[in-house]
Amino acid sequence: MEKIYTRTKTIQEDKVSGFCPGCMHSTVIKLVGEALEELNLVDKAVCVQGIGCCGLHMDYIAYDDITAAHGRACAVATGIKRTNPGSLVFTYQGDGDFASIGLAESVSAANRGENFTVIFVNNGIYGMTGGQLSPTTLVGMKATTAPKGRDPKEHGYPMHMCEILNELKAPYYLERTSCNNPANVMKTKNAIKKAFQYQMEGKGFSMVEVITSCPTNWGLDPLKALDFIEEKMLPEYPLGCFRDRSKEEG
Amino acid sequence: MSRVFMKGTEAVAEAAVRAGCRFFAGYPITPQNEVPEYLSRRLPEVGGVFVQGESEVASVNMVYGAAAAGTRSMTSSSSPGIALKSEGVSYCASARIPMVYCNFARGGPGVGSIQPAQQDYLQATKASGNGGFRMPVLAPATVQEAVDMTYRAFDWADRDRTPVLILADGVIGTMMEPVVLPEMKSDEEVAAIKESKKKWACIGHPLDYAHRSWIEPGQWSTQKMQKCNEDAAALYRSWEKEAEAEEYQTEDAEIILTAYGISGRIAKSAVNLLRAEGIKAGLIRPKTVYPFPNYAYDKLDYGKVKAILDVEMSIPALFVEDVDMAVKGRCPIETCLCSGGNIMSRDAVIAAAKKIMEG
Repeated sequence: MEKIYTRTKTIQEDKVSGFCPGCMHSTVIKLVGEALEELNLVDKAVCVQGIGCCGLHMDYIAYDDITAAHGRACAVATGIKRTNPGSLVFTYQGDGDFASIGLAESVSAANRGENFTVIFVNNGIYGMTGGQLSPTTLVGMKATTAPKGRDPKEHGYPMHMCEILNELKAPYYLERTSCNNPANVMKTKNAIKKAFQYQMEGKGFSMVEVITSCPTNWGLDPLKALDFIEEKMLPEYPLGCFRDRSKEEG
Repeated sequence: MSRVFMKGTEAVAEAAVRAGCRFFAGYPITPQNEVPEYLSRRLPEVGGVFVQGESEVASVNMVYGAAAAGTRSMTSSSSPGIALKSEGVSYCASARIPMVYCNFARGGPGVGSIQPAQQDYLQATKASGNGGFRMPVLAPATVQEAVDMTYRAFDWADRDRTPVLILADGVIGTMMEPVVLPEMKSDEEVAAIKESKKKWACIGHPLDYAHRSWIEPGQWSTQKMQKCNEDAAALYRSWEKEAEAEEYQTEDAEIILTAYGISGRIAKSAVNLLRAEGIKAGLIRPKTVYPFPNYAYDKLDYGKVKAILDVEMSIPALFVEDVDMAVKGRCPIETCLCSGGNIMSRDAVIAAAKKIMEG
């Protein structure tokens, strides 16, 4: 029998995942690792971790890793990439990290067209701290700091980071994907590979926003959380490629 | 090496370049804007990188990234901006990332005043961020010293993998003085410094679980976190022997003026004039305010010294707390203070010293 699928070598074999059942961080991390291997970029890879659940894989990935302060991943990545342009630098951030506390760093790095990649994992809630309201929490969705649900009068509306960054001239590639079904998982991997390739070609800022679930803090079992993505999250956060300058270049 | 006439901020920036600094990120704030302005044109000339950050917070975190990737890196600011940098400095201290930053201090608290002050002493020496770390804090009294200390700071930072702070003030930053610049490190030397950090620098490594770069500004394991802090504490203790002070006319002194930075320079001038009037005055001016040069106060002959006069551009007095711990009650300590961006008056220092000697 031919072996057609194997575990990525970028995840250490003797370590155990710290993610909750149904959490999609493990899926995204696997896809990042596979993309690095397939592009032969593992030895150039630097992951800049955000703070929160997005940092839970730091001790079992096998490539270089640095933990940024909450929200500062894009600033840290700027420092690394500018001084080591040959490295493949990506941030790995959740929605609280990228879109709330790090909003200035995120938008400014994108606006400067920094030549690194953002993997933005958006599940609409603060995971590690226990389910607080995030900038991307859906209207009506309950959070521990919004017990009656997100109320636009008090909390405003969900922030759409792909759309916001798409207003800037500098970003090269912006795509929103999900991991709620096998087809979308494959699309996410392809988007990550595309972003990494563009970076190595020196094209500039790239971001893949991945819509994921948080069964624990959504109060749903993992399968129902998949339904929630399809029925609630994706209508708010439509999937697709918002910007791909290579198409404009022909 | 020839002497040049330079402004403090620009001289510090040039000293950093000569020390091999190849990355600077900063944000405008008075009175240190010439540092980013100078480096924005100077760093590209030597293959370095300048980034104007979107904030002080972003800037210091860019430095954390560049330094963690092996490049000698620096940021600078002034008091309110230095407060914002505390986040990144704490991360560098925890992850043992070498970096250098400068505070051209101004009045405070809050937005304070844009004129020179020494109101940041406790922040600089006791708590430059969360988590109870220490770092070398060097306090220049002349532009020449600011240059020499900046040059040395990069070596100290690399040797011990620690942040190093240059605690200057608005006078040192905006004053022009003749200065001898240190030797420019060659491209080969700068490359060799970066190469020496390759093992731990976060730049990408061949797939190998044991030898990847993993920059950790914290630990999941409480045991590991305690061990990190024990190792750091041992490092801090090792710095005690590197404490330095200028001791001027202290041997027969009956009154000791003590001050750091620009106040120390003014106090030295006061000592000369007091001596001319027959008053046996001396000066202790710490050049490292952390580690603090307790030895200089231990060497005093407390049979002769009637009092110590603490001179600082801060109200309330802050530096006096370290002086108090060094003197250990062996003689009274008086203060001569100003604040709000006012520069210490030599006449006020002389009057305060005379009052003690006459009293």
